[in-house]
Amino acid sequence: MTVLLALGTAKGLFLARSDDRSSWEVSGPHFPMTGVYGVCFDKRRATPRLLAGVTSSHYGPSLAYSDDLGVSWHEPEHPPVAFPQDTGRALERVWQIVPDPFVPDRVWAGTEPSALFVSDDGGVTFEMVRSLWDHPHRPEWQAGFGGQAVHTILPHPDEPSSLLVAMSTGGVYRSTDSGASWAPANSGIQATFMPDRFPEFGQCVHKVTRDAADPERLYAQNHHGVYRSDDGGTLWESIAEGLPSDFGFAIVAHPTRPDVVYNFPLAADAMRFPPDARCRVYRSQDAGKSWEALSDGLPSEPFYPSVLRDAMCADDADPAGVYFGTRSGEVYASRDEGDSWTLVASHLPDVLCVRAAVV
Amino acid sequence: MPVTVLVPSTLRGDAGDAKALSVDASGTLRAVLDEMGRRWPRLERRVRDEQGALRRYMNVYIDGVDCRVLGGADAPVTADAEVHLLPSVAGG
Repeated sequence: MTVLLALGTAKGLFLARSDDRSSWEVSGPHFPMTGVYGVCFDKRRATPRLLAGVTSSHYGPSLAYSDDLGVSWHEPEHPPVAFPQDTGRALERVWQIVPDPFVPDRVWAGTEPSALFVSDDGGVTFEMVRSLWDHPHRPEWQAGFGGQAVHTILPHPDEPSSLLVAMSTGGVYRSTDSGASWAPANSGIQATFMPDRFPEFGQCVHKVTRDAADPERLYAQNHHGVYRSDDGGTLWESIAEGLPSDFGFAIVAHPTRPDVVYNFPLAADAMRFPPDARCRVYRSQDAGKSWEALSDGLPSEPFYPSVLRDAMCADDADPAGVYFGTRSGEVYASRDEGDSWTLVASHLPDVLCVRAAVV
Repeated sequence: MPVTVLVPSTLRGDAGDAKALSVDASGTLRAVLDEMGRRWPRLERRVRDEQGALRRYMNVYIDGVDCRVLGGADAPVTADAEVHLLPSVAGG
């Protein structure tokens, strides 16, 4: 079994390959001097297609793909993701790339500024989803520190017409008609930075992940607040008790085991360091009722880097591997579902996103 | 006589490996970039976004003068001008 890690950093894409998830061969950078905020393995092909959202500070954003696991890359002549003329807006970056579970060659992309795009040619060219862009709430969506972006796209695994997106700031929105219309789904999620702490929308949801077994069960890391929904996002309840902090960016559901979810807490909005300066991943095996700290193999000295919203992921092996990258350029892997960790790479640029797949 | 567009080394892969392009357009910088985009669309989108705005850290010199002081996209470009694309100093 070979696992490939795609490591998007502030200065390019690195790849790490391992046959045992213990020792890793790191290569790159691909797209040097570009920020790689979104990467994706599309495993609906014999050889997975690797897609990457790359942004050059000089030459702007783009989206490239590779059909040979990163050996060669392709980019169309015309912009793969571009805002229509009448919007008056231009793409800043692609934050999220997600294959559709039902429609062959359909790929979704979330962007900054906040918009959803869809491709029906495997991620080569995309069109903006008008219904979300035209949503009457959009003028009131704000930008967080990282920019205003759709950073989460969760197609429903059983219902082809159901799709969930999340953005900072704006919150969670759902569509049950294949993206024709959208409704906010933030009840119970607080917005500590607004006068009304529980508005209909406007929350700074940092990341949402879906439970492995129950597609209606969702977990969300919010800008202060960790939540679970058992009804597809209609109502959210706090699962922060047992964590050292309710702040953070990354939250990842186990790919196959129900009720298992991982989190990397940071102390607070105004103190974006791991609590007590200790490098620890937190795991719940009961859907957030309780949490355990995981640190075997992680640095024991004071540790200050943060883990960004897409810089933690799991692979699709059994047992599952769990991975995270830090803003100080370290990447860690666990091949035993978080019980122990080893270093994959160090001294990389800031790690922005990590994705893993058995290839 | 076509306008000559000088391409920086980092963008030559988007211009058929050419150091210089002959672009058969003049009048304004917009017209030159529009025609460049018709023939080398990937090069053009490195220079302008989809709304036609010059990218923040890309500089375009017209006969040695920064286009931004000449009117930006409306800067006049004569038929024998030299348009030089240059990435600015940026990054860390």
